[in-house]
Amino acid sequence: MVSPKIFGNVLSGRCKRNQQTHFRQIRADIALNIRNPDDYVRETKLDIQRVPRNYDPSLHPFEVPREYTRALNATKLERVFAKPFLASLDGHRDGVNCMAKHPKSLSTMLSGSCDGELKVWNLTKRECVRTLQAHEGFVRGMVVRFCGTSFFTVGDDKTIKQWKMETPGYGEEEEPLNTILGKSVFTSIDHHQKEGVFVTCGQQVDIWDEQRSSPIRSFSWGVDSFSCVRFNPVETELLASCASDRSIVLYDMREATPLKKVIMNMRSNTLCWNPMEAYNFTCSNEDYNLYTYDMRYLDKPFTVHMDHVSAVLDVDYSPTGKEFVSASFDKTIRIFPKDSGHSREVYHTKRMQHVISIKWSSDNKYILSASDEMNIRLWKANAAEKLGLLAPREKAAVNYSQKLKEKFQHHPQIRRISHHRHLPKSIYSQTKELRVMKEARRRKERNVRKHSKPGSMPVVTEKEKHVVTVVK
Amino acid sequence: MFNSIPQKSDPFPGSAPVPEEKLKKFRRGVKGELPPRPQYKLRDVVIRSEAASDLAQKQNARYDLMLPEDAGFLEGDEDEDTCTISQDDIVDAVDITAGAKYFNLTLSQFGPYRLDYSKTGRHLLLGGRRGHVTCLDWQSKQLMCEMNVMETVNDVKWLHSEALFAVAQKKWLYIYDNKGIELHCIRKFNDVLRMQFLPYHFLLATASATGFLQYLDVSVGKEVVAICTKAGRLDVMAHNPHNAIIHLGHSNGTVTLWTPNQREPLVKMLCHQGGVRSVAVDKTGTYMVTSGMDKKLKVYDIRAYRPLQSYFLPAGASCLSLSQRGLLSAATGDIVQVYRDVWGIPVTKPYMAHRAKGSVWGVHFCPFEDVLGVGHGEGFTSMVVPGAGEPNFDGLDANPYRSAKQRQEWEVKALLEKIQPELIGLDPSQLSQVDHSTWEQRHEDRVQVLGFDPLAKEKFTPRLKTKGRSSSGKVEKRKKQVAHEDQRDVIRQTVEDRMKIDKERKEKEKKKAAAAGQKSALDRFRK
Repeated sequence: MVSPKIFGNVLSGRCKRNQQTHFRQIRADIALNIRNPDDYVRETKLDIQRVPRNYDPSLHPFEVPREYTRALNATKLERVFAKPFLASLDGHRDGVNCMAKHPKSLSTMLSGSCDGELKVWNLTKRECVRTLQAHEGFVRGMVVRFCGTSFFTVGDDKTIKQWKMETPGYGEEEEPLNTILGKSVFTSIDHHQKEGVFVTCGQQVDIWDEQRSSPIRSFSWGVDSFSCVRFNPVETELLASCASDRSIVLYDMREATPLKKVIMNMRSNTLCWNPMEAYNFTCSNEDYNLYTYDMRYLDKPFTVHMDHVSAVLDVDYSPTGKEFVSASFDKTIRIFPKDSGHSREVYHTKRMQHVISIKWSSDNKYILSASDEMNIRLWKANAAEKLGLLAPREKAAVNYSQKLKEKFQHHPQIRRISHHRHLPKSIYSQTKELRVMKEARRRKERNVRKHSKPGSMPVVTEKEKHVVTVVK
Repeated sequence: MFNSIPQKSDPFPGSAPVPEEKLKKFRRGVKGELPPRPQYKLRDVVIRSEAASDLAQKQNARYDLMLPEDAGFLEGDEDEDTCTISQDDIVDAVDITAGAKYFNLTLSQFGPYRLDYSKTGRHLLLGGRRGHVTCLDWQSKQLMCEMNVMETVNDVKWLHSEALFAVAQKKWLYIYDNKGIELHCIRKFNDVLRMQFLPYHFLLATASATGFLQYLDVSVGKEVVAICTKAGRLDVMAHNPHNAIIHLGHSNGTVTLWTPNQREPLVKMLCHQGGVRSVAVDKTGTYMVTSGMDKKLKVYDIRAYRPLQSYFLPAGASCLSLSQRGLLSAATGDIVQVYRDVWGIPVTKPYMAHRAKGSVWGVHFCPFEDVLGVGHGEGFTSMVVPGAGEPNFDGLDANPYRSAKQRQEWEVKALLEKIQPELIGLDPSQLSQVDHSTWEQRHEDRVQVLGFDPLAKEKFTPRLKTKGRSSSGKVEKRKKQVAHEDQRDVIRQTVEDRMKIDKERKEKEKKKAAAAGQKSALDRFRK
């Protein structure tokens, strides 16, 4: 037994790295790791607990399986909390035909119905603020001016009317600010982003100045009717319209003639420009698909979005430009990412019939759908999102779950859970039927290719199949 | 009104550099090469995620330099052997709180003791062979429960927290509360000799005298799987904390590795010439230390299954335990020896040694303390081993100073992220690997898409001709003709390919020669 050598009270020779003076080291070469509980336990009940951290990977084994389990739980919880329906705005007495967003106020929304009635809604109180009889016959299109003080409507009675945004005072009559009579029915209207210019379409595409009562320019290209016209929100001089000869025509307001047009297999109902990317637009087609085109290369659509089982009636982009929502004659709403061929979300209700018009609110949170059965429905854009103010820890937890779901999204179990959606029986059986039909067509094409001379039957990609020609 | 003070330029601009070993400690996975330029979206995603990963690695390394505690150490003088320093010397040399960590519990009545420390290192569970089971908070010496189960006790183990523990008694497996209340008697688990608890899977693995390896999910209370190992009596068991694989040692000198997903062992290693007496695996899952009846102590690299070191111990080692910082304790008879860094340079003498009061039945290092618990025939000894425990614990994982509320929150979170037993395998990060599809899979996909196999060769069946032109000889001739044509096609194709390769090679050589600038007069004649 060796007697310990005592070197005095002061640390000498080999000292510890950080001089902890809460114990006295008598011998310089023996030290035990002593923790002072005062450093690890909170002082009073009113303090928060102390949580020292050590990120050494050997103290945290099984990182990947634990993250996987957390991602699985997060995916399952997302499905549990996916309750997108918020409210139904009741009041119209005929099917709702069109809607318009207010550019400056998030809580105001306008809607026009098939009996010519126009209602202004307050979305926070979810009630109708103002009703006026705008037209005799359908209200075909409406748009709010960029300053937000007035709005324009067009209807089946061949008129364009401009109304004031403020509710008229007590005793005042609802009178339009301006009425313009046209020669034929107008089917759609859109307003320039910065100037006092608006465009309507009907038998031809007309560009109007607000001060004049006849169009300053008219475009036509041998087509007798146009269904929809839209200004580009970024490149504000460009417009696009959908024509009844299954084509989409592009115009520049400053030129005298249209720029070019692309003819597809079936007619497009509406189109919407991407608010973030100046040259992309998406059109909703009668052949149950939506096509995203790059304006510069119209020979092939950028993406074909397939998931609906009936004609797609309306499309609107999210203000971020990353996703869009489509309304279809099969009674569903689908949300598509801008570059994906399939939808990420489908909303349906037993009470919602054919959805005629759809809008994505400007704060990226809500979707408004107007349908045939006189109701406008308010939905959440992210079905599992918690609305309202979130505490910082809640926000951090939400962000963490989101990132985990993204990281493990390709694993089969997680993918299966996150992609699963319940569909009404009619839509489910229709989807199966369409798949069988498509598969039959594909099989026939394959057999023809297999039994013919190699090279005699070129492979036509899905994108090229739908475009007939581009005309300049 | 003040003149601006002339600014001195920073002689060391930018942030402080982080040492390379620290960075390496936090690196996960290997940086692969970026995908080719046409795949711009994938490239973007890979570049961003690698940048985030690099940032995380640097931040971790910087934080690591600021950890509050340091590990203990014991350094002898030049002529002094550290193994000659006794426990009493150490207790005299350090202060009273540290000295209180060396204590003896004299319990000579109820047989040799097996022990287990809970995951946080605060609570100690002792089980004597003749039935005495007790659990206590060993730092404050506060007794939680003490009882005699009136049966032989083979092994004791804490479950996920200090609230529950399992006792392998003579016939069946019993689960008790920390107050001593018997909660469950699980009759499916009979003749259990050894137990190991897998904390992140909430699985209790038991090895029985009848050769069965059984897994019990303690959160749900269901038996996951009972594997018949067909290897006789299983009384040597260890688990690898890195990947939750169970190591069993057998009397024919082999160590087998098991998962609950397979009926056969994953790996069988022949380790010793006699039977295997004890196995221990370190916390990073890199090294396995085994001791056998042939009085040898062997160190293996478990990742590559290679033997690293082999030591000869005059009396063999009956119990082995590895601490968090890599110290190995080996017990023979009533002597306990502690070795430091057995897998590096070959060790010649122990770091510390201690003689216990009775023959040693179980050794276990305490998780975050510099303490080794020894259970022997005369009771329990807690000996001080400087530098054994990890000095800095993580508050969210195993926190010795947690309050009841923190423990509850931790328990809920741990149960939510309980790993399913299907994910236990040799490589725990297998889920994060890219699943490269093989050529066969891609070919199958292509066949499915096209509807036929483009590489398959259809057998030629000659058409039946009338008017006697279809005799067997003529049919054979037609078949031979087609076969010859096919063969000529193949030959033609191979000749073409070879000529193309030759031409390319010649062109490359010519280019190289031209680049080298060797010009000779005969160049004009070269083709």
